[in-house]
Amino acid sequence: MNLQIAMILGQDGITNGAIYALLALSILLVFTVTRVLFIPLGEFVAFGALTMAAFQAGKAPALIWLVAGFAVAVATADLLASYRNSGRLRFSSAQALRLTYPFVLGYALYQMPLADLPMSVQVLLTLAIVVPLGPQTYRLFYQPIASAPVLILLIVSIAVHVALVGLALLVFGPSGAKTAPFSEAGLALGPITLNSQTLWVIAVSIALIIVLYQFFERTIYGKALRATAINRVGAQLMGISPVFAGKASFFLATLIATLSGVLIAPITTIYYDSGFIISLKGFIGSIIGGLVSYPIAALGAVLVGLLEAFSAFWASTYKEVIVFTLIIPFLLWRSLTIRHVEEEE
Amino acid sequence: MMLKKLPAAVALATLTAFAGSAFAQVKVGVIASSTGPTALVGIPQKNTVPLLPTKVGDLTVEYITLDDASDSTASVTAVKKLLSEQKVDAIIGPSGSPNAMGAIQFVAEAGTPMLAPVGTAAVVLPMTEQKKWVFKTTQNDDIIAEALIEHMSKTGIKTLGLIGTADPYGENWAKVMAGLTEKAGIKIVATEKFQRSDSSVTGQALKILGAKPDAVLVTAPGGPSVLPHTTLVDMGYKGQMYQTHGAALPDFLKLGGKKVEGTILAASLMLVLDEMPDSNPSKKVAADYIAAYEKMHGHKPATFGANVYDAGLLLQQAIPLAAQKGKPGTAEFRSALRDALEQTKELVATQGVYNMTPADHSGFDERGRVMITVKDGTWKLLK
Repeated sequence: MNLQIAMILGQDGITNGAIYALLALSILLVFTVTRVLFIPLGEFVAFGALTMAAFQAGKAPALIWLVAGFAVAVATADLLASYRNSGRLRFSSAQALRLTYPFVLGYALYQMPLADLPMSVQVLLTLAIVVPLGPQTYRLFYQPIASAPVLILLIVSIAVHVALVGLALLVFGPSGAKTAPFSEAGLALGPITLNSQTLWVIAVSIALIIVLYQFFERTIYGKALRATAINRVGAQLMGISPVFAGKASFFLATLIATLSGVLIAPITTIYYDSGFIISLKGFIGSIIGGLVSYPIAALGAVLVGLLEAFSAFWASTYKEVIVFTLIIPFLLWRSLTIRHVEEEE
Repeated sequence: MMLKKLPAAVALATLTAFAGSAFAQVKVGVIASSTGPTALVGIPQKNTVPLLPTKVGDLTVEYITLDDASDSTASVTAVKKLLSEQKVDAIIGPSGSPNAMGAIQFVAEAGTPMLAPVGTAAVVLPMTEQKKWVFKTTQNDDIIAEALIEHMSKTGIKTLGLIGTADPYGENWAKVMAGLTEKAGIKIVATEKFQRSDSSVTGQALKILGAKPDAVLVTAPGGPSVLPHTTLVDMGYKGQMYQTHGAALPDFLKLGGKKVEGTILAASLMLVLDEMPDSNPSKKVAADYIAAYEKMHGHKPATFGANVYDAGLLLQQAIPLAAQKGKPGTAEFRSALRDALEQTKELVATQGVYNMTPADHSGFDERGRVMITVKDGTWKLLK
């Protein structure tokens, strides 16, 4: 091992670590606000990558019809809920907008010359397709049981994960995809050349973390989410709707996950089921942060990425074992040093 | 309530059972992983089932297709279901190597032959009392490996780096290569492993680069075979790259693009069918299969589908022999079917020519492989 090898491995580890960090933050955000361990998060990474790949192949991604299907289900659930509450079928203009959105977008997609669009437009379109799935998932699967114990929410998460992977196979098919890099240039740094995609991943991750920080510190919506995370009942008494908080946190988490997918798609081959293992590594990061601390979770995730890169070099056969065993000492340390608080049920 | 209906149900079941035997119908169970991680393999296999022979002599053959979702536990459940509920005479499948390994015990207990279209030689080697019920319709790893090593010796390669998946496929290849390279005087200087789901293999690639081998062999099934290859090329590796028949997929070309140009692999002739001489016996069988598949599904099949098709050809040839010994649906028939399969001689199929023996239940020889390279983004016969 010399400096050059260490630098290449470090670059590799930090690139993956930055993605894991973004996912760790999303998992943490959703968990603190809604108590849901958002296992299906990884699916949105795969959705983002594969949708982007579909654009570059000049195809309108069939995923839009999943979004449309979910939109119809959401509208039906909303109508039923309003009927149960007030005895009348009410349909607000916001709901109508949500219902028509995927159909309008779908129609537009089939009209556009997708492969020829500039990459920035492709990224925006990818976000426009995939991100609505987040709030829809919350509305359909979590909102009806929002006050259930954590364990039940976790079981539902696993069910949603399995269902989404199955749907992903239907929508995207079994073959993997890789997208074109954002730019071809590289940056020479001492003995190694930094891949431009690596720089993109790191720059976007840092930018997102700063934006998120500002959002939570400075804006009223961010503060509302933070308040819900700190004390759900208290926040509700102050007029913060838990439904809004839930949907907003799922929206943000899905946005980050989709963007992560778009970012790593040029680096590696993504399959319809690749997302799970990526989000699982982000999850280890958030465990290191004790499922409360954002900065420690982000650092933990970068640590996972680095550990992965270096163990792949030294003992590739045991790489996965090493990475996932990391969770045990941290859990031990966490449970020994922090006073355990029983959850109020 | 339920009890009252029971006698009627039993009567109905008996009736159907009698009706079934009256038609002298052969039942074949097919297990394909048409969903889950092995779906890339399982989907062409499932699509091939409608092309299998439905009439052999006077007997009609019924195929019952189940999906195991690439899950070994589900494969075993499916096998048990086919054996106990459907009383099948033979099983084609499952698609995955671990899945087939798990099923061996149960088909042996039930005395039903299983034709496994899986990659790993472990299902038929070493031959045991249980594995004698299993036949394998793919080339054994060592047949492919011999061809690769022959090419390496010819081109003067002295040191080799291996990078493979950490699963039965990669493990078996590492074992086969270790034995064969020693004989050929080639030294393996690095053996690295990676996971199918890995998003980066930089560490492993660096290790291999550090060992400076003359050539590198990637032993991974399907799409994951691309990542180590492109990583090594990106890092400036200039030696010859080899791949196994596991990479012989359209996906490999699509994902690898320009970076996999010049790769050498040994695989089934189906990839380079147009370039094969007409004298090759398998050319016509394979061309017929591809044409029939394309007509039904609108695209060309992956070689995995042909493995199931070959299983159908093996059965087609063995069923008439077995029918002389017993009626379909009986233990005698199944046992006779196994014996008949084992005596298969010179059966020309899509992948090559089968010659089964009690010791060799895969039955391929050098006619089951050709050397292939990648040129201008397509498979080309290596001359």
